[in-house]
Amino acid sequence: MRHVFSLRIGPVGFRVGADWREPIEALRALYDDYPKPHDGIPDFSVRLFAARRWRRWVRPSITIGGDYVLPDAAPLPLPLGLLAAEMGMNLQMALGQRRYLLLHAATVERDGRALLMTGVSGAGKSTLAALLMVRGWRLMGDEFALLDPATGLLHGFPRLVSLKNRAIGVVEQALPAGKFGPLQADTPKGDIRHLKPDAASVAAMDVPARAVAILFPSFGHAPDMRPVPPAETFVRLTQASTNYVALGERGFGALTHLVATVPTHAIDYPDAETAVAMVERLWEQAA
Amino acid sequence: MRFRAPAVGVLRIMPLDELTAIYHRASGQTHLVASPVPEILAALAPAPATLDELLARLAAGYDVVDPDAEALSARVAELVALGLVQCA
Amino acid sequence: MSGASLVRALRDPATTHALDAAGWTGLIAAARAEQILGTLAHRLQGLPMPATVDRILADARTAAEQGRTLALWEAEMAAQALLPLGVPVVLLKGTAYVAAGLSAGQGRNIGDLDILVPRDALDPVEAALLAAGWEWVKPDAYDDAYYRRWMHELPPLIHRERDRMIDVHHTILPLTARPTPDADALLTGSVPLANGLRVLSPEHMVIHAAAHLIADGDLSGGVRNLWDIDRLCRDFGVQDKDFYLSLYEEAHFQGLWSQTMRALRLAHQLYDTPVIGYCSPLRSDLDEKASDRLYVRRLLARDGWGRATRPVTQAGFYLRSHLLRMPPGMLARHLWTKWRKGHRVTP
Repeated sequence: MRHVFSLRIGPVGFRVGADWREPIEALRALYDDYPKPHDGIPDFSVRLFAARRWRRWVRPSITIGGDYVLPDAAPLPLPLGLLAAEMGMNLQMALGQRRYLLLHAATVERDGRALLMTGVSGAGKSTLAALLMVRGWRLMGDEFALLDPATGLLHGFPRLVSLKNRAIGVVEQALPAGKFGPLQADTPKGDIRHLKPDAASVAAMDVPARAVAILFPSFGHAPDMRPVPPAETFVRLTQASTNYVALGERGFGALTHLVATVPTHAIDYPDAETAVAMVERLWEQAA
Repeated sequence: MRFRAPAVGVLRIMPLDELTAIYHRASGQTHLVASPVPEILAALAPAPATLDELLARLAAGYDVVDPDAEALSARVAELVALGLVQCA
Repeated sequence: MSGASLVRALRDPATTHALDAAGWTGLIAAARAEQILGTLAHRLQGLPMPATVDRILADARTAAEQGRTLALWEAEMAAQALLPLGVPVVLLKGTAYVAAGLSAGQGRNIGDLDILVPRDALDPVEAALLAAGWEWVKPDAYDDAYYRRWMHELPPLIHRERDRMIDVHHTILPLTARPTPDADALLTGSVPLANGLRVLSPEHMVIHAAAHLIADGDLSGGVRNLWDIDRLCRDFGVQDKDFYLSLYEEAHFQGLWSQTMRALRLAHQLYDTPVIGYCSPLRSDLDEKASDRLYVRRLLARDGWGRATRPVTQAGFYLRSHLLRMPPGMLARHLWTKWRKGHRVTP
């Protein structure tokens, strides 16, 4: 392909090729100091291309392809090129990842111990993860947690944090010196702005950690916290995994062990600040 | 009709709380089950049994609350449909 | 070009020692595009390779093994639903290869469950599947009528709990296709497995794969399809030294002589399949035909990103595949209906 950028996020190498310069430039600007794939061989390839040749120039629209594709993915306009690249990488992970159990969850780490936060979209896990990063936690990832069935450890996957709508302003205010991507307005998910994880998080991306707490955050309610029993956690996490079935018994072993050994809580919170305070209090109790 | 539990090693059973997770190696499927399913599987493990024999084994050896033939028959039929128990 | 590199690696795994990082990357992309990474992973197992490739291929082998488990379980569930009807149920394609323990099944990607049943048993088979938890994928009057009237299968069914598709065939090519294979002979010749299900006879298995490649499809997936044929021929050629004679004879009876010969020639050209030609008692000439070159070019059309190249050849093959399946008047009607429904015609 004409324009190419390769990078590694945690243990997973990608190569992204595009018909246009812009999406690749945007990736390069935000992933500048990420390492290259091991051995120069990526795990997955992403292709951003024009479905028709003239679409490169006239109302250019990006079709997302790669090793694994969804047949009916709608194309995105060229100004959303960074989003398209991120979606392309997510798609490869969701459809093609077979080594790690993939949990749709944000992970932060402190003192070598990880906190896993999962929940439906809009529960605010990206925002929470970004705000905890501001307070000195290491961001392991805001979208996917990689659980290694062979070791039971979580691996970092610190790609760009994807902030949506109101979360954009909240995090911009909390992190005025943060490195943000361009504001991408009117995407299929509303306004999106990407945030680069801080230098410490990027530098530590290859260090795995053991989960010691699981949280199901839920935004927009009065503060509340309740323990979640293992079987319920198990069901919720299988639903939050794109490859639980594909991993077979390795997935079963990894997930049953996780839910049987790691305490889990559901927390309700009215605003991000309260949530951060609740998380840190819970963390101190757990320590 | 006699019913038979899967061969040794076909099931991986992991009690979580009042629910038990079962991985069925032959199908690659995970089942989350409540009592008396783990007890039924355990009671069938030594040898195949008819419904009456199974009921007797459950009453004798397991802490199953008020086992009755009709409910047991329905549970066993579900397990047969899932492939966890076979008609011997 | 990575299509050629993929075929070379499958044919002669040791040639991969010359690959650099870009070469490996292109090979993996092409293998994924052809859905043959699991097979490649088995072929290359134990050879020296970069650690990253070793890891990617190990994952592919594990994934294929899990796919095999799920495919065999679907067959088992179909057996439970259908064997009580007392009709022969013949497994086809990937599930048949793994159920029969053939080397074509090793590492193979397996999608839907395909079975062949007698045409006059379609109604009870349909009823038994619906009773056992399968449901119609899309209730759509046009597609339904089209399938039932012209295709070689029931409209696809999906299991409501296991989320897996089953395709129930009553012959191996659409009724509209010009060759009309003898479905009774396929059923009569089929071989029983230990669990009561059946697979096609060795000859019919190869002929079916050939028909699927040449007559029924647009050559997409051809790299894998020819690999199946190569492996089947190698297994059966060892078991029976006169295998090719019976194969040629059956191909003739089934009206699929030229398709079978084409597939054997292509398999031989791509994978060195040890096909035996005869002058007597029947003549089977395995020399390359000029038109084979067009097929080979189409089969190898993958670049280092796994993209299909040479779109002109491809469009030609797509039209060809439709012309083969339908008389022209019907083709027009079919395309018109598809267009009105907003389907895209190009693949």
